[in-house]
Amino acid sequence: MMRYALHRLLWAIPTLLLVIVLAFLMVHAAPGGPFDDERAPHPDVLATVEASYHLDEPLPQQLGRYLYGLIQGDLGPSFRYPNYSVSELIGHGFPASLKLGALAMLLAVLVGVSAGTFAALRQGSLTDRAVMSFAMTGISIPVFVVAPVLVLLLAVKLHWLPAGWSGSAGAAKYVLPVITLALPQIAYIARLTRASMIDVLGRDFIRTARAQGLGTRSIIRVHALKPAMLPVLSYMGPAIAAILTGSVVVEQVFGIPGLGASFVQGALNRDYTLVLGIVIFYATLIIALNLIVDVLYGVIDPRVRQQ
Amino acid sequence: MKWSAGLLLFVLLLAIVGPWISPYAFQDTNFDAILRAPGFVEAHYFGTDEFGRDLFVRTLLGIRITLLVAVVASLVSLIIGVSYGAIAGYVGGRVDAVMMRIVDTLYALPFIFLVILLMVAFERNFLLIFVAIGAINWLDMARIVRGQTLSLREREFVDAARLTGVSTARIIFRHIAPNLLGIVIVYVTLTIPQAILVESFLSFLGLGVQEPQTSLGSLVNGGVKQMEAAPWMLLIPATLLAAMLMCFNFLGDALRDFFDARHSQ
Repeated sequence: MMRYALHRLLWAIPTLLLVIVLAFLMVHAAPGGPFDDERAPHPDVLATVEASYHLDEPLPQQLGRYLYGLIQGDLGPSFRYPNYSVSELIGHGFPASLKLGALAMLLAVLVGVSAGTFAALRQGSLTDRAVMSFAMTGISIPVFVVAPVLVLLLAVKLHWLPAGWSGSAGAAKYVLPVITLALPQIAYIARLTRASMIDVLGRDFIRTARAQGLGTRSIIRVHALKPAMLPVLSYMGPAIAAILTGSVVVEQVFGIPGLGASFVQGALNRDYTLVLGIVIFYATLIIALNLIVDVLYGVIDPRVRQQ
Repeated sequence: MKWSAGLLLFVLLLAIVGPWISPYAFQDTNFDAILRAPGFVEAHYFGTDEFGRDLFVRTLLGIRITLLVAVVASLVSLIIGVSYGAIAGYVGGRVDAVMMRIVDTLYALPFIFLVILLMVAFERNFLLIFVAIGAINWLDMARIVRGQTLSLREREFVDAARLTGVSTARIIFRHIAPNLLGIVIVYVTLTIPQAILVESFLSFLGLGVQEPQTSLGSLVNGGVKQMEAAPWMLLIPATLLAAMLMCFNFLGDALRDFFDARHSQ
């Protein structure tokens, strides 16, 4: 088991390094500098500013400096908010995003697995078809369409829920953002669960359990759920990435001061260091969570460890 | 499936001929007619936006650009994916192992964020959107094509070609590639909605297509800003985008079932 986990870890490190170098080079290959403005500063001023950010050094040296800072958790200064470092800005926005993402993930797994199992037990029935049509719709409609339409209906027209983030207290402000973020994942997980549950329920050991007189409820709970969850578990990696991407939109629409919102702001302001820092932060998060999922998979299914 | 294909064709036709039906141009502003509701008065079928621009024409232009980006991006991913997968599958052995390991590693990258980074760095270059989106989506295609090629290269006609001295490159592109057509068509149909999604996501954030040009994503974004005063500005492009994505997904699923059924026979 240790060897398997270590092997996974050894794959994660070069992947992360690849992202960092790729992202760094992309930003530095950009035509024009970060201080190109409509009113061009005096060349001497520009040279001094560039020197203070080490932009006058050769590229490999800059990359080395960046990596060295990265090890210590230092992502450099923000180009647009000179009083803040990128790490400070990330630390500022991340808690709100984390809460939102974690709640959405929890909701997605709970509702998705229940709906998928429910549909699998009634395969071919009207309920099954209804759940699956809903799932197809949920997968097809992007977050940035669902979010504003829900706000328009439930907040602006019906006044059931608050539309914005600031000014409204309590749990109510979480309802719409979390549901919006979770919806496509619910749909995806429901489809996955249904397919794998139908597969598992057709196996011999389930027939044996049924022959021993076990009720459907305990067959699902004791025998079927664990093997049926494997495809769902391996979907967790992409799901995490999708929720991070979705949170960029959701934070924008609901005005949540999270990491996604600062990412978009940074992108529109051309704040190179901030955008680069957040991309690296997201990448680290995704790769680390993928690693955890992989190791968990190995714990649950011993067959994977043999490879 | 018929419904999906029919609806898509109708939307496509509308996008092509639509601008001739309307007397307005997509970039013309009219400050005497801002935020008009949809109706047949003055031929503003979908209403107007906060600059008095006609939304019928802008929506159709948006569909055009969205579809254009999606089709070109899918072609880019098709070319990369099929060549990569066919080479890996045909050459096999160690080359195949290394090439597929690279694909596995690329799967773990948060591509959408790298694309945003690219957009920030290169000033939202229109051509770049095509290439960037295509560069994301080739991984699935490469995997599928590799799998198919692995089984195709054992067939007699490939042996025959090899025996008569046909070069490896020619075998891959003249003998193997045409046989991949069915499965490739299915995956292109499934790649198009993904490309639409990425393009409209970028445009929604203001990082994609730039004003006065427009796409369905930027129209939805514009609609969000005027949601309370002019809900049609949000609802019309949002519904169209959702409907188009659903049609492509249904069509892709149906085609996959069709080809799968034929393969298993």
